[in-house]
Amino acid sequence: MKKTAKEKLISFAILSPSLLFIGIFVYGFIGRTAQISFLNWNTFSRLLQGEKNYVGLKNYIELFQNPRFQTDLWNTLYFTLFFIIACLAIGIFLSLLLNNKPKYGYLFQNIYLFPMAISFVVTGTVWRWIFSPGTPGDPYGVNLLLSRIGLTSFQWKWFTSTESFLFFNIALIPVIIAAVWQFSGYTMAMWLAGLRGIDEQLIEAAKIDGASNWQIFSKIIFPIQKPITLSAIIVLAHVSLKAFALIYSMTGSGPNNVTDIPAVYMFESTFRANRYSTGSSIAIILLMMVGLLIIPYLINSFKED
Amino acid sequence: MNNNQQNSKTKYLILILSAVFFLIPMYVLLVTSFKDFDQVSLTTMWNLPTTFSLAGFTTALKKLAPNLMNSFYLVIPATLLSAIMGSLNGYVLSHWKFKGADTLFALMLFGMFIPYQSILFPLVQFLQSIGLYGSIPGLILVHVIYGLPITTLMFRNYYTEVPTALTEAARVDGAGIFSIYRYIFLPISIPSFVVVFIWQFTNIWNEFLFAVTLTSRPANQPITVALTNLAGSQVVHWNIQMSGAIITALPTLIVYVIFGKYFIKGLLSGSVKG
Repeated sequence: MKKTAKEKLISFAILSPSLLFIGIFVYGFIGRTAQISFLNWNTFSRLLQGEKNYVGLKNYIELFQNPRFQTDLWNTLYFTLFFIIACLAIGIFLSLLLNNKPKYGYLFQNIYLFPMAISFVVTGTVWRWIFSPGTPGDPYGVNLLLSRIGLTSFQWKWFTSTESFLFFNIALIPVIIAAVWQFSGYTMAMWLAGLRGIDEQLIEAAKIDGASNWQIFSKIIFPIQKPITLSAIIVLAHVSLKAFALIYSMTGSGPNNVTDIPAVYMFESTFRANRYSTGSSIAIILLMMVGLLIIPYLINSFKED
Repeated sequence: MNNNQQNSKTKYLILILSAVFFLIPMYVLLVTSFKDFDQVSLTTMWNLPTTFSLAGFTTALKKLAPNLMNSFYLVIPATLLSAIMGSLNGYVLSHWKFKGADTLFALMLFGMFIPYQSILFPLVQFLQSIGLYGSIPGLILVHVIYGLPITTLMFRNYYTEVPTALTEAARVDGAGIFSIYRYIFLPISIPSFVVVFIWQFTNIWNEFLFAVTLTSRPANQPITVALTNLAGSQVVHWNIQMSGAIITALPTLIVYVIFGKYFIKGLLSGSVKG
């Protein structure tokens, strides 16, 4: 039955408030941020004057030459990489253990997933305490536990450590652990949902043909779960680029910016140092990094239909 | 002992060890918040409290009570509004598609993925210009708008499963867009409303970036911001900080315990399917 003109009008009218809001608050504001990133609004008085002096890519060039921002980019790269790998490995492993509905499986599943329900701010507050290094004579947190069991040689400065390895600041390790603690349950839940849809007979047939567990996993289960895994990677990558609340509440930028990320730098530039144009440039770079990831994914999702 | 039993033993050992890892922060939170003031020190942080004390907890609750209420005043209206709008959007985008509707939907979805830093400063300026900066109503507006993509997506996915024959039959009988929504879609969408409510409640409650940038006066701050202020302070005792963390986490944890099934559904439906 063909839709009448009236029906078309009403259905568009229902959508229009949302479209208007999204149009202004997403696209309009992104445009405005982009514009500010090309201006010289790096003091409060310039913001008040509101004169539009375009300086081209100056803010961007200065950022990429800035050691703090370079550190931020390395931190983002390594944080994202290790965060995703660990969440996938732990989540997939746990989902395989829980797949055949073992006794108490539901209880375990709930324990692994509950961190998803709490705020990054709570996670940061608690893990900050757990990983507080203290001093060699007066160790805190995990270092205290290590000294109790006589493993003092494993003590280190955790998130206050300034050492790095191939630009990887090892101070990020505690932050990654906290983030993985919160998000590996997500991969597990995604995988469990997918595993429940796999035909048992397929696995049985492979077993009869003498396939090993590893072969069944790598040749049958993993390929079937590939779309789910891809979705999980997209969501996790996106979470890691947004890890502002975790860093802010757990470590801050740290000594020599060892745990700094662009989101924290953006916040400090814009809301603490009044460097609005610098902050906007960081925001646009963040947006482009997310866009690089999301736009192909969105286009792909809509093509499948 | 045969191989199977051995396997099952190893399996449970791993499951239990993993559970221990996931529960460590809970242990630390609980033992610290129920310690007396003279027992709280970093050197005894792993020990169980020798006496059970609610002093830290009540102090934290007193400090955080206004912010706790702020979070409720923010989360409840924002959740309801974004769910209702998302439901109507999803209804139109699944059963009343017009030309270009899919493209508009994709453009809308993009709003779910952007890092909010990219809209933050213009947002602050905009809220200042309309007089909503620093207020709970301002935060409600922000959370409703940026919640629209995900709520629309969730309802659209749900309504796509409803056969079009149902809508068509109702139209033949002369029903309009609104009455079909009211009498067919609304009654069957109770489960998806529950999923969306829980999802939005949890997300908005836990949100921090908007909360910290859009409210400057402590009296108007949601609890996540108040917690970081409390925890960032050098003079506040650890038992108060950890009690504060528990108070912040408790509402969403309770929702998770009661509605776990729906929470997982929300988690899984968050992934895009065109």
